[in-house]
Amino acid sequence: MTASRLATGGSAIDRSRPVRFSFDGATVLGFAGDTIASALLANDVAVVGRSFKYHRPRGVWGAGVEEPNALVDVGGPQATPNTRATTEPARDGLVAKSVNATPNALADRNAFLDRFSRFIPAAFYYKTFMWPDWHMFEPRIRAMAGLGKVDTDWTSPGTADQINHHCDVLVVGAGPAGLAAAKLAAGAGLSVTLVDDQQKPGGSLGHRAGEIDGKPAAIWVEETVAELSAGGHLILPATTAFGIYDHNLVGLNQRHFDGRRDTLWRVRPRQTVLATGAIERPLPFANNDLPGILSADAALAYLRRHAVLVGRRIVVATNNDSAYEVAGTLAEAGADVTLVDIRRDGMPDAPAKVPLVKGRALSAAKGRLRVEGVTLDDGTKLDADCVLVSGGWTPTIHLFGQAKGKLSWSEASAAFVPGDPVDGIAVAGAAAGAVSLSEVFAGSKKAVASLGETKATLPRSTGPEATSGIAAAWPVPGSKGRIWIDYQNDVTVKDVELAARENFVSVEHLKRYTTLGMATDQGKTSNLPGLALMAGITGRTVPEVGTTTYRPPFTPVPLASFAGARVGELMAPVRRLPLENVHRDSGAVFQEYGGWLRPAHYGGRDADADRVIQDEALRARRSVALFDGSTLGKIEVIGPKAAEFVNFLYYNTMSTLKPGRCRYGFMLSENGVVFDDGVLVRLDEHRFVVSCSSSHVAAVHARLEEWRQDRFGREAVYIHNATSDMATLTVSGPNARKLLETLDLGLSLDDAYLPHMAIGHGRYGGDAVRIARVSFTGDRSYEISIRADRAEPLWAHLRQAGQAFDAVLIGLEALMILRAEKGFIVIGKDTDGTTLPHDLGSEGPRSKRQSEYVGRRSLFTEEASRGNRLQLVGLTVPQGEAPLPTGAHGIKRADGRLHSQGFVTSSYQSPTLGRPIALGLIERGATRHGETIEIQHLGKVRTAKISAPCAFDLAGERLHA
Amino acid sequence: MQLFPCPFCGPRDETEFHYGGDAGNVRPDGADVPIDRWAGYLYLRGNPKGTAREIWVHMNCGEFFVMERDTITHKVLSSAALGGEHTA
Ligand SMILES: [Zn+2]
Repeated sequence: MTASRLATGGSAIDRSRPVRFSFDGATVLGFAGDTIASALLANDVAVVGRSFKYHRPRGVWGAGVEEPNALVDVGGPQATPNTRATTEPARDGLVAKSVNATPNALADRNAFLDRFSRFIPAAFYYKTFMWPDWHMFEPRIRAMAGLGKVDTDWTSPGTADQINHHCDVLVVGAGPAGLAAAKLAAGAGLSVTLVDDQQKPGGSLGHRAGEIDGKPAAIWVEETVAELSAGGHLILPATTAFGIYDHNLVGLNQRHFDGRRDTLWRVRPRQTVLATGAIERPLPFANNDLPGILSADAALAYLRRHAVLVGRRIVVATNNDSAYEVAGTLAEAGADVTLVDIRRDGMPDAPAKVPLVKGRALSAAKGRLRVEGVTLDDGTKLDADCVLVSGGWTPTIHLFGQAKGKLSWSEASAAFVPGDPVDGIAVAGAAAGAVSLSEVFAGSKKAVASLGETKATLPRSTGPEATSGIAAAWPVPGSKGRIWIDYQNDVTVKDVELAARENFVSVEHLKRYTTLGMATDQGKTSNLPGLALMAGITGRTVPEVGTTTYRPPFTPVPLASFAGARVGELMAPVRRLPLENVHRDSGAVFQEYGGWLRPAHYGGRDADADRVIQDEALRARRSVALFDGSTLGKIEVIGPKAAEFVNFLYYNTMSTLKPGRCRYGFMLSENGVVFDDGVLVRLDEHRFVVSCSSSHVAAVHARLEEWRQDRFGREAVYIHNATSDMATLTVSGPNARKLLETLDLGLSLDDAYLPHMAIGHGRYGGDAVRIARVSFTGDRSYEISIRADRAEPLWAHLRQAGQAFDAVLIGLEALMILRAEKGFIVIGKDTDGTTLPHDLGSEGPRSKRQSEYVGRRSLFTEEASRGNRLQLVGLTVPQGEAPLPTGAHGIKRADGRLHSQGFVTSSYQSPTLGRPIALGLIERGATRHGETIEIQHLGKVRTAKISAPCAFDLAGERLHA
Repeated sequence: MQLFPCPFCGPRDETEFHYGGDAGNVRPDGADVPIDRWAGYLYLRGNPKGTAREIWVHMNCGEFFVMERDTITHKVLSSAALGGEHTA
């Protein structure tokens, strides 16, 4: 191939703006408007990459999204591996590298693999490297195969925008069919969005001859686009519709070329018009993958758009009329062109200066790093530095297929075309099998006909038109030589034959066995020839063989587009305390607990953290602790049936709770498993506050709503999640009351008025406060709830007043120790998905309660009554030993084997007791207090004594001290 | 992405909804419900091919509703609030 840039012409390039970039280390010169591929061709770079498996030299094949060969890794700040050189604009300073080639495409050191190709057919690796273990060989095999490399030094240029968009009509493709459909829809008063993957609209009109409404096609395109823009319609160039999803949501990926990330569009149109065109197919002949063998249509595009003449002595091989314009135009441009048509008759006249060989096909190409000539099926040899092929046109019906549209086989165009219509989706133009412009426009009219009367006139083709007529030229079994079907994944006719011999005859099996169509190009040029070959081998028709499932994306979409802003902290945003900044100023070390960012401890990091936590817990027992409990659930249940409602939701009887009092209880799931625990507050006769676990608020709220709406009715109960409305500040410890008495809270703290498990109402400054005598530490505690935005002065006041009592700020870690000393559980930590309330020692309601409640029936099954259930216990290890590892298993030795007897759920060093404490779920644990059990962790065995869960203040006197 | 019609908010993206089980799965009350019946209520699901009546909740407004949809075509056939006071 001796490709070159012509001195004049090229509708897409701007010769006043030269660009310079590098490819495999060599400088490439081009113009603004070039793609990497067109610039490489203009510089006569024939070998642009190496094939996936055999490391065959490969050149540019197409001029658009279908490109199977010319993949490059683009480096620099916008680094992208496996970019199609045919769609990537050439720009100054761009660094491109060929894929799967070491050190470069021209001199690849793994090229020797091709000489062993007959020993490595489809599935060779999987069959050969089975013993002793595929994984032993996998890394080296994978290193030899594959495509581009990820640039590990790459840093993100920011997040991608995502846009939700609505319009009446979405037109995909701005070629003649799409432009006409957009024009007609706009004329019907509808809002139109027109997208095209090229930077310039026009589609095939950018390089195919045509005259519309008496004007050159290019002028008509410009005018139509201007008219649509003036009408306020949205036109998105460089935007690919990559997928149609349920209920006709269309996904678009828009490129910007200015350093910005791509933009993802989610479009919900009333009607989608697919005017996506068609893709030219290769022809089957030996060595049809050599550099210098291109799609005929691509060669025309390179000539007319980029002024690149792809060769000097060109053989154009075809089975249809579309290559005639190519042959004629290239000959006019100065090339020496021979046209070889598989058909004997019925073809158009040969273009001027082009000798036509009728009734012949190519049987082989020769050459090493580029094509040097061809042999026809009658043995005639022709010299050539470039071979252009047209094996017919495959309508681009991927989106229609994704929308579950059925395809029908068209014998006339030797391709699948859209079958029965799909609601909300119409297909027009070459995507629907149309060839001439007149047919195309008629299709556009039909596509928008159902949308109403249009004022726009239908464009008319006024020049010579393309003609149809094709003779199928599918690969046939038993052909001589190596004939490529899938260039990118190196699948040949022989591989498909092998698949058939081994009975992988279904298309889905064929695809996975040979990897036909599974490369980054998704088989845009190869699927249909592969299916047709399988049909030929198995004596079936192509529609009998059928197609594989169409799935998004049509072309690769950056993951950044799908992620949008949901990266880093926004991937899973934490909930934050109203007093977060105040805690930060106090030196709090934050951790995430159940979705909330909370102080783990105050001061102390890494190695020092443990000591700080121990100190916090110790000082809390000694005098008084301040703790931010704002995350605690505060779900209000209000209404005439509120009491009946909470009674049904809780395992424990709640209807007997007196106003102003609190009661601890469990909520169960219908399968009896403990779902949440917490305190229920009865504010008055018809008003309760469900104080559920911090991490469980949303789930509990959803559950309350479900039962409310499904069982009680909207009028009977009203539910309000007030968790974030109020901050809850907890004062706990022997001196808690004394500390609070130094503040004026406007209520008596006397135990006669405010005993344990009661609530009181007071004021702080101008704000109402609710004080609950509820304790998670086992010490006298006051939970003070106040408007979240007014919590800061109260917290400051408590801290200031606390100085006189040596008050300590405690984080969640110290609180966990304090509650574990008391044997208080954390749901999901000390329980699992099988724990029933009586496993936790709460047997009363199960045996006594008569009224209905959630999960009730499940507590009386065989499983629930099993004698060897895991039950909550305390586990004691001797003083001086380290705490038990959480998750360690209690074991029993029987039949020479170890059997699990349950496991450790919580384990800490208790500073108050000066020894480790632990909670666990142990088989029959409640009846085994005093027994010794072996605890195994990672092969090491220790012993522990089973006890009651509570290890501190067994009589509970400190609640009232 | 599917569009589900919330009877209260209108058509919204499916990501805003949670599935709530088969509609008409009536809860049998009592500690003495036959165990097979209780197990059926808890675990047996129709999983119909074609028209399905299901409970869904629109997380944004918190309302539960009954939706009929086709499990093959994903076409939504109807949606109505529990109790039937709103339909969409
Ligand atoms: Zn809603």
